[in-house]
Amino acid sequence: MWMPEIPPFLPFFIGALIVLFTRGILRNVIMLAIPVLSALHLWGVAEGIHLHFTFLDYQLTPYRVDKLSLMFGYVFHLAAFIAIIYSLHVRDTMQQMAAMLYAGSGLGAVFAGDLLTLFVFWELLAFTSVFLIWARRTKSSYVAGMRYLIIQVLSGVILLAGALFYASENNTLEFGHIGLEGVSGWLIFIAFGIKCAFPMAHNWLTDAYPEATVTGTVFLSAFTTKVAVYALARGYPGTELLVYIGAAMTCFPIFFAVIENDLRRVLAYSLINQVGFMVVGIGIGTALALNGAISHAFNDVIFKGLLFMSMGAVLHMTGRINGSDLGGLYKTMPKTTVLCIVGAASISAFPLFSGFVSKSMVMSAALENGYDWIWLMLLFASAGVFHHAGIKIPYFAFFAHDSGIRASDPPNNMLLAMLIAAVLCIAIGVYPSALYSLLPYNTSYNPYDATHVLAQTQLLFFSALAFVWLNLKGMYPPELRSTNLDFDWIYRRVLPNTLQQMFSVIWQVDSALRQAFLIRLNQCLSFLSKRHEGICGLLSRTYPAGSMVMWVAVILASYLFLSFIR
Amino acid sequence: MLTHLPVLQVIVPLMAAPLCLFLTRSRLVWLFALMVSGLAFLISALLLQQVMTSGIIIYELGGWDAPWGIEYRIDHLNAFLLLIISSVSTVVLLAADTSIQKEIPAEKHSYFYILYLLSLAGMLGIVATGDAFNVFVFLEISSLSAYALIALGKDRRALWAAYQYLIMGTIGATFILIGIGLMYQMTGTLNMHDLSIRLPEVAHTRTVFTAFAFVIVGICLKLALFPLHLWLPNAYAYAPSIVTAFFAATATKVAIYLLIRFTFSVFGLSFSFTALPLHILFLVLGLSGIFAASIAAIYQKNVKHLFAYSSIAQIGYMIVGFSVSTTTGLMATLLHLFNHALMKSALFLALGAVMYRIGSVQLSQFQGLGRQMPITMAAIVIGGLSLIGVPLTVGFVSKWYLILAVIESGWWPVALLILLGSLLAVVYVWRIVEMAYFRPPLTSNENIKEAPFSLLVPIWILVMANIYFGIDTRLSIEVAQAASQSLFGVNP
Repeated sequence: MWMPEIPPFLPFFIGALIVLFTRGILRNVIMLAIPVLSALHLWGVAEGIHLHFTFLDYQLTPYRVDKLSLMFGYVFHLAAFIAIIYSLHVRDTMQQMAAMLYAGSGLGAVFAGDLLTLFVFWELLAFTSVFLIWARRTKSSYVAGMRYLIIQVLSGVILLAGALFYASENNTLEFGHIGLEGVSGWLIFIAFGIKCAFPMAHNWLTDAYPEATVTGTVFLSAFTTKVAVYALARGYPGTELLVYIGAAMTCFPIFFAVIENDLRRVLAYSLINQVGFMVVGIGIGTALALNGAISHAFNDVIFKGLLFMSMGAVLHMTGRINGSDLGGLYKTMPKTTVLCIVGAASISAFPLFSGFVSKSMVMSAALENGYDWIWLMLLFASAGVFHHAGIKIPYFAFFAHDSGIRASDPPNNMLLAMLIAAVLCIAIGVYPSALYSLLPYNTSYNPYDATHVLAQTQLLFFSALAFVWLNLKGMYPPELRSTNLDFDWIYRRVLPNTLQQMFSVIWQVDSALRQAFLIRLNQCLSFLSKRHEGICGLLSRTYPAGSMVMWVAVILASYLFLSFIR
Repeated sequence: MLTHLPVLQVIVPLMAAPLCLFLTRSRLVWLFALMVSGLAFLISALLLQQVMTSGIIIYELGGWDAPWGIEYRIDHLNAFLLLIISSVSTVVLLAADTSIQKEIPAEKHSYFYILYLLSLAGMLGIVATGDAFNVFVFLEISSLSAYALIALGKDRRALWAAYQYLIMGTIGATFILIGIGLMYQMTGTLNMHDLSIRLPEVAHTRTVFTAFAFVIVGICLKLALFPLHLWLPNAYAYAPSIVTAFFAATATKVAIYLLIRFTFSVFGLSFSFTALPLHILFLVLGLSGIFAASIAAIYQKNVKHLFAYSSIAQIGYMIVGFSVSTTTGLMATLLHLFNHALMKSALFLALGAVMYRIGSVQLSQFQGLGRQMPITMAAIVIGGLSLIGVPLTVGFVSKWYLILAVIESGWWPVALLILLGSLLAVVYVWRIVEMAYFRPPLTSNENIKEAPFSLLVPIWILVMANIYFGIDTRLSIEVAQAASQSLFGVNP
């Protein structure tokens, strides 16, 4: 049977439209059916360009399929499916529509074959996802969403500027290898970097994700950063700068994660840390490293989703998410506890769990290419991950001191979604060749050799030991209600304050000058001082005809002057 | 018949205007005016087609030869402008019957249509004619009717805004006339084509320099170039909605046409850009216009004011394109001319629909309108997106070419500034969106319903045009390219 090649974002966008007009069971069935059908369709798609047209003078290819984009296409379908199951109980049209549009935009971005299409989906990602944050409908979520939106839109505008420069430099808009050459290379790099949560540009993530709704965060954690990872993998493989940026990304969030109280924010920090591993892989740029980065992105979507789901379940059932308020939940939420531990084991890269089979690829690649120091940093980061995500999350939520909360396990759809994710985590860990066969490059890699397993197990063991010892001695940073200062303090506090002070000084000087000036001119200008209503700001004031004519005279005089002095 | 098209283009609306007096019923006059405008649209489409296939059309009025008689010269640029003016005028008129019922007293309806047609005829005349003095005559026809149209506004401040516009407009027209007079003194001719041949002989004289300065300043006043824009916000804000939609889309465009015609054709490219440092002058004024007006727009409480300021900012973009003075730059200006006409007419007509239902366009009145007038608000949102320059709308196409032109000339900081300017547009459009979609409706507006069909149809014709020409750019780009190449004397 002949089938037209439908770009995968289309079913999701149509689905969002259907969601608007359906209710109840029908809506749920449709929402579940769309990722399944779309994924089945995607499975049969051949590689190549399936859709192209000419816009302005450029060839646009909104649907290009190759192994790299397919890999992300599969995992996005998977993530959308799991997250939709997880959010089946939600009765909020806005949120469900936003989620469908968001998933569709992510898919559109990874199959975009040119920079212009990429830009469109890049901005759509921002505009659709922000509603998942606003859907919580609190003051703080609105403000955080706004900050998130501004930064994301800024990244899009920088991307567009980069694309324009790219078009004028290379006379094409095709999205292939870009590299850090010329203005365009740097602009696009910065745009990708912002979405990828590079250090100093990462605050939108830790700021906004914990403010989103329970189900919204699950969607958010899957798409935005992974699209950025995809874009980096396509445009900047083998860029050495990325190795160092990535290494920094793996390490610095650990410190913040350890002292953070909001458990979903802890996960947001660990998300940056995991993305760091991928960025390192892309920076190294060998076949093995790229495979590692991509497969780690694949796994991260699943296990990070699982962790966000389990914390979401806690928030959903108890209404609390701060480590200091929780504890002892394992008694009444046993299923959630077990599923959370599976996710924690995966992110900590326990052998036989999914994180192990992909993270070890990146680390081996670092070692093979002589990045010894980077390897050590990654090793430290691995220990750190185990600390804050592997132990801290389950320990403070489900064990630790008994908080007295007696919440039951979450609704069945949430449990089912977590179960699917957990099964996938273990399945990939036990049988990694299924994942490896999808990878874009051919490397016969076996994660289960003695050195890897031993090194990782030792690492985990000593890391656990450290936690236990610190905890027994009472030296582990206790969970406190506190506000931790991160880089965003600069632009949320310092910058506004300095600007305010600066302006107040300027205003004082200005007003003094103005005062003196006004007194002199007061007599002749007194008839002008009758202000009309609706005046606001110097620029939009209503001027009397006289002053307009004065401007005409000034301009005419200056034009004449300029033309006569030549 | 076909050979007389250039003059019919102007004569039809000019003659039709007084005929309106004989038709007494408002609806009848409306139908008549609509027919006339539609006819003008048809003529301009035919003209454009003729120009595209067989080049410049020269028409001599009354059979008098060119330097003595009046000559109409239609090239790509003229035909393009004629099409913009007549098409927008027709679509806007579609909405007029409903919209003016609430804004203009019934006994003045036929005057409204007379003035409207006169204004249309004046603008078409400015564009069609090839005679410099004729330009001034038509300029006065269109301006005088414009002052009266603005004064028809319901708000009493309309009178005062019209008065200010009158003063400024008259000064502008006088300057242009002084310039034309000086040119005539030096060359003894008023025909533009003739002028362009004779002016180089006397180009070194101070008189010509002075003439140039007067003409440029007069035109800059008409096109509301920063800082000569002060008359525009009030004139647009207090005029009846239909008038605002019509003028915002056409009046300043005609002035830009004059700027291009005088600098490129009459004075010639080499004179214009050496007599004055127009590159840098217009670049600076254009950019400051973009920023000053966009920032001012952010702080407006009246949405019509807001979009009026945004118009000034958009003129800034056109002037920046002009200041680049390459074929791509001029093409960007011409594209933006066309595209801006589409977006602003759509936006102001949609505001007319809000005015029709609520009786006010204060931003505070927009609370919750996203629920109550979803179709109108959707039009405003799409128009706003186009204003920002989002892909798949017309705004994107012209900004794209503008930035490309700027980068080609190596002014890449300017490119970044233009993008930054677009971000400011995001802010002021967002203010409306936030008000309309994120706030509960006002209790006083509880019974507000969607605007009537007769308003929605023209609004959505324009909105769809915004999207259509953002995707299928063949027509606009082909014509703009041909026009800009012929102005630079490049054979396509």
